[in-house]
Amino acid sequence: MLVSLRWLRDYVDIRIPLVELAERLTMAGLEVEEIKETGPVFTNVVVAKLLSVKPHPETDKYFFCEVAAGEGIYPVVCGARNIKPGDVVPLAKIGATLPGGYTIKSSKIRGAVSEGMLCSEQELGIGDDASGIMILPLDLTIGIDLAEALNLKDMVLDIGITPNRSDCLSIIGIAREIAAITGSMLKYPDTAVSENEQDIESITSVDILDPDLCPRYSARIIRDVTIKPSPLWMRRRLEAVGLRAINNIVDVTNYVMMELGQPLHAFDFRFLEEGRIVVRRSHGGETFTSLDEKERILEADTLMICDGKKPVAIGGIMGGLNSEVKEDTKMIFLESAYFTPTSIRRSAKFLGMSTDAAFRFGRGIDPEGVIRALNRAARIMAEISGGRVCRGYIDRYPQKVESAGDILLRKERVNEILGTDINASEIVSILESLEMTILVEKDGVYRVTPPTYRVDIAREIDLIEEIARLYGYDLIPATLPPVSVTAVTTERQQIVVDRIRDLIRGSGYSEIITFSFISPESAKLLGIREDDDRWNMVKIRNPLTEDQSVMRTTLVASLLETMKRNAHNGCLDLKMFEIGRVFFHREEGELPIEKNRLGCFITGMYYDDLWSSKIYADLYDLKGCIENIFDGLKIAGLEFRSGHREAFLHPGKSGGIYVKDQFIGFLGEVHPDILLKMDLKNRAYVAEIDLDIVSNMFSGEVLYKDLPRFPSVVRDVAFVIGREMEADRILKLATGMDKELLEKVSIFDVYSGKNIQEGKKSLGIRFVYRASDRTLTDDEVNQLHGRVIKNIVDLTGARIRGEEI
Amino acid sequence: MLKELEELQRQAESELKKSNTEEELLAIKTKYLGRKGILTKLLRGLGDIAPEERPQVGNRCNEIKATLTAAIENALKARTSLKKGEVLLRDGIDVTLPGRRIRFGNEHPVASVCKDICDIFAALGFSAVQGPEIELDYYNFEALNIPKDHPARDMQDTFYVEDNIVLRTHTSPVQIRVMEKQRPPIRILSPGRVYRPDSDISHTPMFHQIEGLLVDKGVTFGDLKGVLTLFLKQMFGGDTALRFRPSFFPFTEPSAEVDIKCVMCRGAGCRVCSQSGWLEILGSGMVDPEVFKNVNYDPEEFSGFAFGLGLERIAMLKYGISDIRLFFENDWRFLEQF
Repeated sequence: MLVSLRWLRDYVDIRIPLVELAERLTMAGLEVEEIKETGPVFTNVVVAKLLSVKPHPETDKYFFCEVAAGEGIYPVVCGARNIKPGDVVPLAKIGATLPGGYTIKSSKIRGAVSEGMLCSEQELGIGDDASGIMILPLDLTIGIDLAEALNLKDMVLDIGITPNRSDCLSIIGIAREIAAITGSMLKYPDTAVSENEQDIESITSVDILDPDLCPRYSARIIRDVTIKPSPLWMRRRLEAVGLRAINNIVDVTNYVMMELGQPLHAFDFRFLEEGRIVVRRSHGGETFTSLDEKERILEADTLMICDGKKPVAIGGIMGGLNSEVKEDTKMIFLESAYFTPTSIRRSAKFLGMSTDAAFRFGRGIDPEGVIRALNRAARIMAEISGGRVCRGYIDRYPQKVESAGDILLRKERVNEILGTDINASEIVSILESLEMTILVEKDGVYRVTPPTYRVDIAREIDLIEEIARLYGYDLIPATLPPVSVTAVTTERQQIVVDRIRDLIRGSGYSEIITFSFISPESAKLLGIREDDDRWNMVKIRNPLTEDQSVMRTTLVASLLETMKRNAHNGCLDLKMFEIGRVFFHREEGELPIEKNRLGCFITGMYYDDLWSSKIYADLYDLKGCIENIFDGLKIAGLEFRSGHREAFLHPGKSGGIYVKDQFIGFLGEVHPDILLKMDLKNRAYVAEIDLDIVSNMFSGEVLYKDLPRFPSVVRDVAFVIGREMEADRILKLATGMDKELLEKVSIFDVYSGKNIQEGKKSLGIRFVYRASDRTLTDDEVNQLHGRVIKNIVDLTGARIRGEEI
Repeated sequence: MLKELEELQRQAESELKKSNTEEELLAIKTKYLGRKGILTKLLRGLGDIAPEERPQVGNRCNEIKATLTAAIENALKARTSLKKGEVLLRDGIDVTLPGRRIRFGNEHPVASVCKDICDIFAALGFSAVQGPEIELDYYNFEALNIPKDHPARDMQDTFYVEDNIVLRTHTSPVQIRVMEKQRPPIRILSPGRVYRPDSDISHTPMFHQIEGLLVDKGVTFGDLKGVLTLFLKQMFGGDTALRFRPSFFPFTEPSAEVDIKCVMCRGAGCRVCSQSGWLEILGSGMVDPEVFKNVNYDPEEFSGFAFGLGLERIAMLKYGISDIRLFFENDWRFLEQF
């Protein structure tokens, strides 16, 4: 909220420097976010003294003047007649700028040189008088800046008001805080109204049909007003706090709202049919045109201010076009009311109308401040519009607005919560400075009644906060909490995620974080079948953009997006991973299922140097990285199976990832069609793994096995098999043959090409035999090895290389 | 005769000194020590020498032969090792070429800040816990003392999935879920993604928060100050000045915003701190009694404090990043710097 320092000074003495004031407000919970200077828009206008005024030799329209302004004497040609030698006047020097963007230049008027301009109040934008040159007090120092001399500058504080402090949404509210903080006296503005003899009750009436939404409604009538622009002082104040001046009636309602925090509304009385006001709920579907000339469709339960026949305002939110104050308005019906905050908030939200009035009503105004504001506004309206206030006011208050009432406050509790030793008299004096009334209940226990404008205070803890705030957070000693020794338990999930992060980074993958929401089109883009669970996306009702309107069910779309964006920037060699959640919609009303996933991809060059090895990454690099992770997690039984299909992966270069037969994810080369669609040139390999399953498998346990004491025997064999046959089949057959002596089976070579029949490949397999209790004899190994080989040959039709027929 | 022998040795040694190549060395060897060499001849001709001189001359001859042989062998060895060195040198490589490596993966700055904070609080006895990112309105708002139509809801614009299901706007719902299941003492930290519909240079619709909660008997506002001071000094350095300033959060009371002296200008006022000299770092406060009532804790028996901070903001300050959107664009040129 913007607060003018000049305006503040009307109600409270400020005897400390502005910077200190800002600091103290901030430290009392009213954060001063910015301090700005405002003031007249002219520059380079100084206080000058007229030395001589002579008629212009050629014309009687102008005078030829000489003025002194400090360091020099200036010849100025002037047309005004209200000046004489000795007068002190404003001089706009060469280069001065005036309101309206007008710049003063040296000129010749009818042959006479003029070096500057003498100005009227209006030309300077500091008054309404345009009848002649502004005559300044004789005691001003000649030559100094006019804005400074007349003290025209104002400072504006931009204060962040937290939602609980609706009482501070006004100048008087801030002034009250300053009074409490600095100990200055507070002066409330004058609300005395001089009334004419005509009684308001004889002119109009107010009926509240729905007091639950409008507990209080008061009104005054002001007659014979003349609509014109407000006086400059008011316009300047409104502008300083960010409001636009409109006319002398509307401006007063805004002025008093800013001053006292009570929103007001002025109706043109002649448009109120039957000359009366009825306050009632809207019937659903009613339409109404508000002041901003927009037609609104009203929700049932919106509070409407109506005349005898029709709605004339949306209560507490905005007036209607049909009863607006116009240029020829003569008679004003002035409204000052209390509306139920929740009702205003709901309606304002429904209508999408965040007006200053709705903001204040919605947060809760002072129900007992209604009449003060009504009188204050009537008084100023009469003053600046020439109107006459009719006798008396209407105050319909069918339903008392409950305020907090008495709150019990225990001194001991204050210090228990704060960790302080604040004494009783200090507590009492703080609360009294906030206009609270305090009764001693018993020793150390008080009965506190907050003022009605403090709608945020209802409980003991609210009072404790007030005490802490004004006592000063700085003075509360920093201590350490009592020690209750408990073990720090890290969730297994967290341990696994942290380890994976380290492991995969060790393989060269960098972490990325992408948005959890994606485009609803992405499942289609990836070609995911419509019966797949990944179509079960959680939709956001109010997304920022369509591209971010559903929660993702796979990380792949985000990974590909990242790849694309980087490719666009010329970064083609990438290894990246993300750890994040995916979300699956369940039943309406139920929370979606959330799963933690690891997603990673590799594309482009495998090594980071270009000069030695121009090797492009392939599927085995990605697979190796995943193998590394499971090695690092000490989770055994990792397997990759070709049977698993994903529409967005190359059908021949992809597979499922399993641990001990449980499916945990997939990996593969991105389908060429997808690469094409996404305009990606390099092949790319992606994987996605369910971390919840992995976490459940994780134990971190390692069981040591004795080192072998007897030598091993190694036999290498090359099998020639069909190209489509998977290596895994041979390995499994081999390991299945003997669990005791066959220690290890591994692949040492894969070859196809010259010397190998078309459509076949050679698979070199190393068999390591070892017994744990003796040295194996050649005979033993030959027999066992022979059986193993025969079995493989029999079951797969493989041939031993070099023995082909 | 002995005199001649001395002359012979001097001559041989001087020739040896002058020789540069293996060939020259071998020639000297042949000349003096070869089958027809000078020394060999002399030794063979010892018989011709007077018997009384013979032993002396013989000894001397053998001495010279031994010295000369050793000197020539040494010279030859030196030649060979010199040659080997030359061969190895010819086989040398350019050691200035870059090493062959798979670069270690980079840490995302937000993840790295998150880890730093979790580590500091782990040492203070706080355990990290997780909760759902899509939450019931009850946990995200109502249990935290933010009823429907409450003005505090204006503080946090919200993504809705259904009337009563939202993308969590903060990680505070986790504290409710923990307190529902567990009795004090409680020291938890809940890091994670949160969502608010906002997008500009300082807002992204998704960002990260860490929320902390400590509940026990007799916890005071002073303890809140103590623990957060400890944390911020560890995070930003021991000489970091900070201030606690009153603020408002619906689920804490009294509430405090914590500022640190601007890390950029050290309090002089700059663009980063909007000329104020201070940077808002975290929100905190004593847990509101209403919140305790919602989880069936007796506010007269237990008290505690909660705090929350945005990880991106910390990362921005730590690394001097001015546009929050960079964290989620995952531009390699950005990521490779961390």
